[in-house]
Order: sequence, then C-alpha cells, then structure tokens
Amino acid sequence: MNLVNEWGFVGLFMAIGWIFPTLPLVISWFVRPRKKNDIKVSTYECGVETVGDTWVQFKVQYYIYGLIFLVFDVEMVLLFPWALAYSSLDFFAFGAGLLFIFLLADGLYYAWKTDALVWK
Amino acid sequence: MVGCISDLSACLIDAGIGPGLAGFLETLVGTLIVTLLPLTLVIILVWIERKYSARVQDRVGPNRVGPFGLLQPAADAVKMITKEDITPAGADRIVYNIAPILSALSVILIWAVIPFSPVHIGVDLSIGVLYFFAVGSVGALAVMLGGWSSNNKYALLGAFRVVAQLISYEVPNILAALMPVMIAGTLSMQGLVHAQAGMWFAISLPLSALLFFISSIAEVGRTPFDLLEAESEIVAGFNIEYSGMKFGLFMAGEFLHVLTIAILTAVIFFGGWLGPGVQEVPALGWLWLAIKSTILYLLALHMRSTLPRVRIDQLMSFNWKFLVPLSLVNIIVVAFLFKLVQELGLTPAADETTNIIANLPQTFILLLGNLAIIGGVLVYLRGLGREQRLANEMAAAVDEDVEHHPHHDEEVAAAAVAD
Repeated sequence: MNLVNEWGFVGLFMAIGWIFPTLPLVISWFVRPRKKNDIKVSTYECGVETVGDTWVQFKVQYYIYGLIFLVFDVEMVLLFPWALAYSSLDFFAFGAGLLFIFLLADGLYYAWKTDALVWK
Repeated sequence: MVGCISDLSACLIDAGIGPGLAGFLETLVGTLIVTLLPLTLVIILVWIERKYSARVQDRVGPNRVGPFGLLQPAADAVKMITKEDITPAGADRIVYNIAPILSALSVILIWAVIPFSPVHIGVDLSIGVLYFFAVGSVGALAVMLGGWSSNNKYALLGAFRVVAQLISYEVPNILAALMPVMIAGTLSMQGLVHAQAGMWFAISLPLSALLFFISSIAEVGRTPFDLLEAESEIVAGFNIEYSGMKFGLFMAGEFLHVLTIAILTAVIFFGGWLGPGVQEVPALGWLWLAIKSTILYLLALHMRSTLPRVRIDQLMSFNWKFLVPLSLVNIIVVAFLFKLVQELGLTPAADETTNIIANLPQTFILLLGNLAIIGGVLVYLRGLGREQRLANEMAAAVDEDVEHHPHHDEEVAAAAVAD
C-alpha cells in the first residue's frame, strides 16, 4: 500500500530532517547584522592573544582508548546476532558466547594490567 | 475522527483519494510530525530545565517574559536569530557550519524509530536498536567537528575529551541494551515494547536498565559527565566559539538528546506505550509514554542540578574498570539464567506472553540473578573501601606516632642502657 518502503522512509526522514535545523540559520542570515572587525573574529582565549598553533597533536592516551573501544565495538556487532537468535539456540550457544566474552574480557584485563587504562 | 488518528491512509481512501497517494501522504505527514515534534518540544524543554534547576538551587528561574516565564525560550530564540554570526579567524568554515546542524539532526533522526503508540511509529525498522545507536553516535562526531574546526585551544580540548568519553561510554550503553534484545528476540523497537506486555524489563533486568541510563547520561555529556564543556576548566569546551543560532542548535540538540534518552529508556526498559486501555484506544499510548519518559527526564534533570562533575581520570576508570566489566558479568549471568529458565520450561507459553502470572517465574529468576550481581558488587566495593580506609588510618597513625615521639628510638636506647 505504501509507495515508500521502510528504508525509503528513513531516506525521506534524512532529507526532511536537514531542513528544519537549517531553517533558523537561513532566517538568521537575512535578519542578522554584519559588522565584522579583526578584534571580533579573533580567537577567544580568556582575553590574551593566542600563542602558537591550535591544531596540535592528540595525546597518545586518546589513541589507546580508541583502540580498546574498537575491539569492543566489533565485539558488540558480533554479539547482537548471537543475542537475537539466543532464545532458539540450545545450551551450547551459551558456552560459545561465554568463550567469546572471555576472550574480550581477557583483552580488557591485559590492557588493565599493562596500565593502558591509567590516565597519565 | 478517532479512526483518522489511528489509520490516516484508510481515512483518506474513504475521503476519495487514491490508495497510492494516500499511502504517500500518510508517510509524508508522519515524517513531518516526527521531525517537527522534537523541535517544538525543545522550546518547552528549555523552560522546564531552567525552571527545575532554579527550584532545586533555591532560585526563581525565568519569570519575566510571559506567565511564569513561559515565553522565555521564544524570546531566547528571537535573540539568537538576530545575533551577528561570528566565525573565528582561521576556522575551517565548512566544517564549522555543518557541525551544529549535524548535532541537531542526529537527535531528530533517532525519533524515526521511537514507538509512540501501537500504531504510531515513524518506521518500525527490523534493526531499530542498531539504527538508533548508529545515528546517535553521529552526535559525537558533530561535537568533535565543532571543536576541531573552531581553531581554539579550549574547543580542541573539548573535542579531545569527546573522543575519550563518548566512545568509551558507548560500550556499556550498547552492552546493556543487549539484554532486552536477547530476551525479546528482536531488534525492532515495536517488538521490544510488545515483549514487555507481560513484565517490564526494568523489573526483570534492573541492572541493565541502570547501566543503560547511566551510560546514556554520559553519552549526552550531562553532569556529572559534562567534561566536554566543563565551564570551569575549558570555559565551554567544544562550543566556545559558537554564537547566535549555531550555538542555539547545539543547545537544542543537547536538551533534546536528554529527552530522547529518557524516552529510549522508557521504551526499552519501562514498557514504552504499554498501559491500561492501550488495546482499546491506541492513541492513549502517547500519554503513557509521555508520563514514563517525563519521570526519567526529571531524574536526569535532578542529577544535573545536584551532582558535581567528575575528573577525567575518574571518568575513564569508572567506565573501563567498573561499568564495562560489570556489563560483561551481567551478560554472562543473564544469558545463563535465561537459558536455564528455558531448559526448565519456565518461559511463558507463546499464547501467554501478555499474562503477568505466566511471566512471574522467569522474572523472578532473572531478578534474583540481577540482585545477586548488585549485592556482590556492593559487598566487594565495601571491602575495597574498608581496606583503603584501614590503610589510610594506618598511615595517619604512623605519622602521628612519629610526630609525638620524635626521639622515640633514642629514648628506648637510653632506657636499655639505664637497665
């Protein structure tokens, strides 16, 4: 009966969703004042002039958390099908899931023991 | 008229419109309602939030514009729209402008899969749960883009923290949502609500509900986890350079996100639109969902106005050394108990899933398992705390001893010589 299927609806949603947050910005474009000067557009840093480059390197700690997250993110993608089919599987499915979770818990334990989780 | 609320396309066909066009119109109206509803709600949310936190902190809150200050958000919107737009020198212009829109959009998109009543849902995707996790994490991207493109050191620090915080707390958040999916055997949001007809998941899986709510608060970046915009440390974090309506969109996105997680918690764990009379009048589902999510929303507001902010090392330790291991233990225990219940034949029969009595044995066993985990964790934490306190007391006692008897050893030696 519907002309659009469910993913078409999501597409429509994304197309329309853009419009409403953008609308106030467009209205604002027409009514706002334009009086720019160099002081006004200078970077804010509690009243003093900025020193040096802003786009510095990330602290390495963030990468480590990123890596640990990646491991768990992949894990979660693989756990969802398992959880979805769980009620129709036999007791063996529990053992398989347990093994899988233990492997990841071991990864977390390793990260913990090597002090990767300590914020330095 | 009531028929039109429940089934618009049938109503339109009755009015003489072709079925194809009626179906399209129904979809279009549905999309418009679901996109406009959150944006309209923001106006009310801003007022509720300001008034509530004012009351908690013994202030009056907005009370000048309109009755009880109700028109304050509208006045704020007019102010923001008429503000001059300032893009800081050296900013990455395109990214800088996209970020606020993306922030609001990511929240609005979540609303596509929220079931408001048995018949009202944007679209009941078969992978609804995965959809809202996928779309919701775009919000973290928006915050990061905003912080990175502003060419400001504070904003960049905020963006750094987003990377650490938002991705970390996604792990317990998704792991907590795994439990209802396991028991309901479906990823569709409507399916999850139907699976709670006999018993809410919040009763059979209280630990999962708690983990989901806490990590969701962290995902939104609300107090006590508001490190990404910590006013007293990095001034305003990622949105420091934003002004006018662009700042407004970030705020709208954040306020709306809090309500959205309250609604999601209500849908996944508190039975969503389920309530008395929903089978007869489906539109009543809106009311029940509104009541449940309002209570959870006020809880989030209360947390915001009462709790202090945590430090970044505490934040990361709390997630990786407490929430994540707890989620893993929770999965193992619930999976085992659920399989045990099935093997023992205690699951409600297919035709009795809506019967509370038939659901009781399963609920009881799962609840007992959850309480055992919670109790075990509390006992463990108590032991840990006691150990630490004793160690502190010992250290303090040694210090005191040294202070009071600085020449203790010499006295002993002197006494020994005298003997």
